[in-house]
Amino acid sequence: MATVNISVDGKKIQGETGQTVLQVAREAGIYIPVLCDHPALPPEGACRICLVEIEKQGTLQPACTFPATDGLVIHTNTERVRASRKFNLELLISDHPLDCMTCEATGDCLLQDLAYEYSVEGDRFEGTKHHYSINDPNPFIQVDRNKCILCRLCVRACREINGVEAISVFYRGFGAYIGFGADSHMADSPCEFCGSCVAVCPTGALWPKMSLGKGRPWEVERIQTTCPYCGVGCQIILEVKDNEIIKVDSAWEGPSNHGWTCVKGRFGWDFVHHPDRLTQPQVRRYLLEGSQPKPGPADRHPEVAGDPWEWVETDWDTALDITAQKFRQHRDESDPRSVGVLTSAKCTNEENYLMNKFTRQVIGTNSIDHCARL
Amino acid sequence: MFEPVLTRNIHRPDSEKISVYLAHGGYQAARKALTLAPEEIIEMVKRSGLRGRGGAGFPAGVKWGFMPRDADVQKIVAVNTDEGEPGTFKDREIVESDPHQVIEGVIIAAYAVGASRAYVYIRGEFFLGVKRWIKAIADAYEHGYLGENILGSGLNLDMSVHRGAGAYICGEETAMLESLEGKRGNPRLKPPYPAQTGLFGLPTLVHNIETLTCIPNIIERGSAWFAGIGTEESKGPKIFSVSGHVKHPGNYELPLGIPLREIIYEHAGGIRGGQKLKAIIPGGTSTPMLTADQIDVPMAFETLKQVGSELGTGAIIVMDESTCMVEAARRLSKFFAHESCGRCTPCRIGSQRIFEILDRMEHGKGKTGDIDLILELVQGIDGQTFCPMGAMLVNPPRSAIQRFREEFEYHITHKCCLVDAMDG
Ligand SMILES: Cc1cc2nc3c(=O)[nH]c(=O)nc-3n(C[C@H](O)[C@H](O)[C@H](O)COP(=O)(O)O)c2cc1C
Ligand code: SF4
Ligand code: SF4
Ligand code: SF4
Ligand code: FES
Repeated sequence: MATVNISVDGKKIQGETGQTVLQVAREAGIYIPVLCDHPALPPEGACRICLVEIEKQGTLQPACTFPATDGLVIHTNTERVRASRKFNLELLISDHPLDCMTCEATGDCLLQDLAYEYSVEGDRFEGTKHHYSINDPNPFIQVDRNKCILCRLCVRACREINGVEAISVFYRGFGAYIGFGADSHMADSPCEFCGSCVAVCPTGALWPKMSLGKGRPWEVERIQTTCPYCGVGCQIILEVKDNEIIKVDSAWEGPSNHGWTCVKGRFGWDFVHHPDRLTQPQVRRYLLEGSQPKPGPADRHPEVAGDPWEWVETDWDTALDITAQKFRQHRDESDPRSVGVLTSAKCTNEENYLMNKFTRQVIGTNSIDHCARL
Repeated sequence: MFEPVLTRNIHRPDSEKISVYLAHGGYQAARKALTLAPEEIIEMVKRSGLRGRGGAGFPAGVKWGFMPRDADVQKIVAVNTDEGEPGTFKDREIVESDPHQVIEGVIIAAYAVGASRAYVYIRGEFFLGVKRWIKAIADAYEHGYLGENILGSGLNLDMSVHRGAGAYICGEETAMLESLEGKRGNPRLKPPYPAQTGLFGLPTLVHNIETLTCIPNIIERGSAWFAGIGTEESKGPKIFSVSGHVKHPGNYELPLGIPLREIIYEHAGGIRGGQKLKAIIPGGTSTPMLTADQIDVPMAFETLKQVGSELGTGAIIVMDESTCMVEAARRLSKFFAHESCGRCTPCRIGSQRIFEILDRMEHGKGKTGDIDLILELVQGIDGQTFCPMGAMLVNPPRSAIQRFREEFEYHITHKCCLVDAMDG
């Protein structure tokens, strides 16, 4: 790759051939505002917010698509540039509900941030506004097209990140809107509810239903962690408020997932605070009381106190002792081959390795398998 | 009197048939071209000075020169018969009346740039045109002008027709390629240009069919003949579609550089009903309007630019003094708002806002400041969109306001039309 030297706002910076002006500037820490660009996705050139002045170019040029070539002299914040950005923001705002007070995205919305930065006036280009229904009957994602700025980040995320192409743009001009499948509901489209579209949406147009009304971005603690669901080990960012997970954001640097998750990692968090969730080990009552012989099916009386089959909470030591004792009993009294082990893709490689050792060396059987399905 | 070249066949009975075309010297240019070296043909087209007739006026020979020479890479010729620009109806006449002349141009272009596949993109509403294309291609195959080893030259060329579904933007070359690939007709990012990465990622030569029609004539009569017609920067014959308030609307093939006055008054019979001329759109609806006193401008790329307009597709729309310029601007803006592909902010929302403001003016609801608001929208859109559409859609409202501002002001202050008021 050949090096290219460009000048941005008087600063001499370097990039490589094949990079765009925006990429080079971004790497050098120079801020150019964007709405339709995301570092993980190919550029689109749709919003025209990143327009900059490039010397010897008659018109303003989009930084997000303009190839960086040697000798470019670029100005990112001239009066002309600022006027153009303000113009485009005012157009976007002219077809926007402006209900930031109750909008989920407040504080986490690129459009809102830029409207503030450029002091846009809401009624400069007053005209027809869209009034779309926000009813998309799916359990995970709220779709509010009234807030959509048609940046198509969601379209690209679905295509490039999840590889599904569930989202596309329907109709054209002012009547264009994003839709799913053959202009149907999300659930009737090829959508897999990976939520990549939600993660890249710069506004409140796509929002997790589980997060509605749960908290503001400045109220949450963002905790990067590993998704517990499977062995892929996706990195995710939990947004936690009052010790409750209210949203999941993409961790774009995650080495195994680069921001992607599956539906569980993105939306499967209701189990954490679910009242039915087991928080203590439990054993059958007859095991606890030690010497009792194993009761038969006829001894099952769930309605009676002291039912020998009843699950009873206990401490870990007791539970594990009972389990170890039962394993030993089967291995020694019957045959090691009477024991079989099924491990899980939800375990880490290390855990699966240990189970392998345990099964073959401690129990002494080769009967170990793995679900390899989720 | 100028002898028509491109349209010389169209008045013959059954002019669309291959038998008629062959009986009048058809496919002789292709025969001749296939004996020349491809570089020689490209050189001829360069020397002829031929510029694209699809609207942008890019030099054809230069574009041919951009096509990679690499013999291993399949190359494509894409034939633009979308003709969406209102007021333009020359391509329709060419394909309906003389499709073989275009096929001959395609064969020569394909041979020169090393293409083995040609795709025709035709506007879906051209029912007869589609039929004529399909029949002409089938007949050309039957007579050995398409297919394998054409006329024993070793050239293989397959050609087929694809119908569009009715979007102006699909006439823009990269949107056309997307549509040909079966995708939504959105323009692509340039660079890369079609000559590098075109249809299905292959190098593609895109041409308007009037441009292609010039090719056999250049081969047959020579570049010097072609370059001898026209002006310094605008060479050759051109089909002007004349419509609006003239006595004889229609297509007129005339040399580039001919004064607009001559086309309107001598060829199209002047203004109908004894009315006075008011305004002219010289190159299709996306070009700026001219006023009656600019009528002596020669119809050429460079001269129209000098008077603040463009040659575009050479479609001349004539408006007499009964025309309300607010209504004219409103209708034209409605078209562009309807045809915006919706990709980029300024065109998608800006075109709609321009239309809405003109619409309220026209209906007596214009507000003080509306004219400036339109001009502000125009300035914000012009040159700042993803594709050339933005620079095109601003022309009708901007030129109408620049040249007929008092009519817009009258609409706002009097809530009615100045033209109607003058009619009494
Ligand atoms: C919005 C838009 C619409 C266009 N529509 C047409 C069209 O209908 N027919 C056409 O031949 N060219 C059209 N063009 C021009 C094409 O992009 C392209 O320049 C042309 O087909 C190239 O052929 P030429 O060099 O022979 O003119 C359009 C361009 C734009 C920007
Ligand atoms: S949730 Fe995933 S699969 Fe569904 S539309 Fe969004 S990106 Fe596509
Ligand atoms: S839904 Fe969001 S990501 Fe998708 S186009 Fe609209 S604003 Fe962009
Ligand atoms: S200017 Fe933008 S919205 Fe308009 S047609 Fe071109 S790409 Fe589409
Ligand atoms: S960020 Fe460049 S056009 Fe949207």
